[in-house]
Amino acid sequence: MSHNRYSRQTLFSPIGETGQEKLKQSHVLIVGAGALGTSISEILARAGVGKLSIVDRDYVEWSNLQRQQLYTEEDAQNRIPKAVSAERRLKQVNSEITIQGHVADVSVEEIERYITGVDLIIDATDNFETRMLLNDASQKYNVPWIYGGCTGSHGLTFTVIPEKTPCFACLLGAIPMSGETCDTVGIISPAVQMVTAHQATEAFKILVGDYDGLRNTLLFFDLWKNEQASIKVASMQKKECPSCGDSPSYPYLNKENQTRTAILCGRDTVQIRPPHMFERDLSTLKQKLQRLDGKVEANPFLINLSIDNQRMVIFKDGRVLVHGTKDITTAKSLYNRYIGG
Amino acid sequence: MTLTINGNAMDVPETVSSVSDLITHLELGSKRLVVEVNQEIIDKSMHAEQQLTNGDRVEIVHFVGGG
Ligand SMILES: [Zn+2]
Repeated sequence: MSHNRYSRQTLFSPIGETGQEKLKQSHVLIVGAGALGTSISEILARAGVGKLSIVDRDYVEWSNLQRQQLYTEEDAQNRIPKAVSAERRLKQVNSEITIQGHVADVSVEEIERYITGVDLIIDATDNFETRMLLNDASQKYNVPWIYGGCTGSHGLTFTVIPEKTPCFACLLGAIPMSGETCDTVGIISPAVQMVTAHQATEAFKILVGDYDGLRNTLLFFDLWKNEQASIKVASMQKKECPSCGDSPSYPYLNKENQTRTAILCGRDTVQIRPPHMFERDLSTLKQKLQRLDGKVEANPFLINLSIDNQRMVIFKDGRVLVHGTKDITTAKSLYNRYIGG
Repeated sequence: MTLTINGNAMDVPETVSSVSDLITHLELGSKRLVVEVNQEIIDKSMHAEQQLTNGDRVEIVHFVGGG
């Protein structure tokens, strides 16, 4: 505080000194550290939100650098997990706040662990299944969350406040087929920044307690086509909604409804999660894999195995990414062959 | 007729008379949508019935998963 780093923000009267203190006392959970996640976590870190938890299951690749603003060429070269690199960079940006990166896939166990003590959840994921999970957790634990999504030059966002707004399930209905989410239409960085500009501003309003200032609309834009829509969706709240209705069952918090495999958006990659969380002994596994007829590269967080024209990345938290396939059966058989269990 | 769609004027062919027709015309049929006509949300079950007239303001939003 002695450096006066927040002076321009406290001069902005809706935040002020009081709001700044509230930001400092706040804990925000950011799920995903891709394009949206790196953008919004940098905004929130610079703004002085006291505690940021950032969870991501992936590692940095070259194709990320065009828009994922916290990462460098070195991160891509060394396949550094995004949560690790984001934490490192944000600590350089603001050393006065607490930043925790977690290399993990957010499923039931993880969200129930990470939501403790959190004031707000920011959706920076790339899939609807995780969003429905966040939506149920938000309702069950009474924590607001802010949806954001973008592809190409368009994006949309909505702020879910339990007991005040419809929830995401009320708006979306069922999860769209995977083909609709894993698009190959690309993305331009301004679409990302537009979404996070809205998400971050709504986040500030929530954290400083200015609930009357919230937008209360489903906001859509297409920057290339010059389209904009802002829709009042209060009437879409459904009494029988399984997440926010009169007798909620939180279906996405039921472990049986969670898949153990997932096809990663636009990546030609299948993720396999072991049935239980555990910490994999990477050094023992590395030794074992080095005896095979393939190429093994490792950093403290993961092992990269190239073998038989296939590539697999094995994380310390037990997960494995099988690259070069969208076929879950193929991925599972490779997993069983080289890693087992 | 001419509709204002997400803020922009757009001429649509004669074949478009209902919200469903418009969704098909815009090739949004496979997407999860929220549709508003003249500031009123049109439930999915009403898309086929809801007729459009010249000058209507239509907002069509489709959910995207990327991030
Ligand atoms: Zn609901």
